Amino acid sequence: MSYQVNGHTIEHDEEGYITTLSDWSEELANVIAETENIDMTDEHWAVVNFLRDYYDEYQIAPAVRVLIKAIKKEMGPEKGNNKYMYELFPYGPAKQACKIAGLPKPTGCV
Amino acid sequence: MSETKKFLYVNRKAPYGTIYALESLEVVLIGAAFDQDVTLAFLDDGVFQLTKGQDTGGIGVKNFSPTFRALGDYEVTKLYVEQESLEERGLAAEDLQAVTYEDEDDDWAEKPSIHIVSRAEMADIMADQDVVLSF
Amino acid sequence: MSTLHIVNKSPFGHGSLLSCINHCKSGDAVLLIEDGVYGALSGSVVEHAVTTCAPSVSIYVLEGDAQARGLAPEKLIGTVKPVGYDGFVDLVAESDRTQSWL
Repeated sequence: MSYQVNGHTIEHDEEGYITTLSDWSEELANVIAETENIDMTDEHWAVVNFLRDYYDEYQIAPAVRVLIKAIKKEMGPEKGNNKYMYELFPYGPAKQACKIAGLPKPTGCV
Repeated sequence: MSETKKFLYVNRKAPYGTIYALESLEVVLIGAAFDQDVTLAFLDDGVFQLTKGQDTGGIGVKNFSPTFRALGDYEVTKLYVEQESLEERGLAAEDLQAVTYEDEDDDWAEKPSIHIVSRAEMADIMADQDVVLSF
Repeated sequence: MSTLHIVNKSPFGHGSLLSCINHCKSGDAVLLIEDGVYGALSGSVVEHAVTTCAPSVSIYVLEGDAQARGLAPEKLIGTVKPVGYDGFVDLVAESDRTQSWL
């Protein structure tokens, strides 16, 4: 199972998470988003970039409530809430945003 | 869930030789979703989990020491490290990485999560729990 | 408020038993199981640590594990009390918490 980006083949698991984190690129993020039926806007990118920064610093993808709390602190309560996050990523920020960000499924995510 | 219980995670193993340390951290992160009063204890070789300067590039496994610094986001803010265990290994508090949390009830002031305690204090902490999980 | 401590490693290859004893509070119990039963052997380097626990801390050894390893009752430290699986269950039930020393 794989994504195709600019003639490159990038492997993913049965749920669509890429298997090699260093394979990630913005082009790949757009390809993954397309398979999730998400049209990437600046708002989507803000969340995806936040997740990538978080992973880079702590080596984990944050749990959803941790993500929302952190976004709230950084970008304000109008973005740091469940409703906003699920509007951007209807199947859940963990399932979709982490996948687009090229991160593993969050620890403890069900 | 009606009642908050006191959970202690006891860490007595060094980080990479066995899977215990990483498993413990993952259980802590998963368990943090439940509203419990969580404390982490580090004694014996477990104190090696918190040392500075870990770099697993040469052994092909994930360096999970940065993940301890995320625990504050999960409202896990009590990490007790045993003084005697540090001393037996030639270590001191300054050999450990800084782990802090932002205190929501104190204008998000940054506070240390790691506390060095004596063996006797560690025994008291253990005796004060509802549930003890050993790794 | 007492704790049942469970040790399953030989004291000759691991620090678990001594670390456990060093963290016991008065009224606690220690149960030696699996390779932990070697800690009940009289004449060993840990015998002193085990005997000086008593009487504030009771040390038990799981009979089946001791017998399996050829530790006859007369080879055990006098203050160590043998228990069967039923005694194990009683110890767990009587304690406020259990703590394993892996």
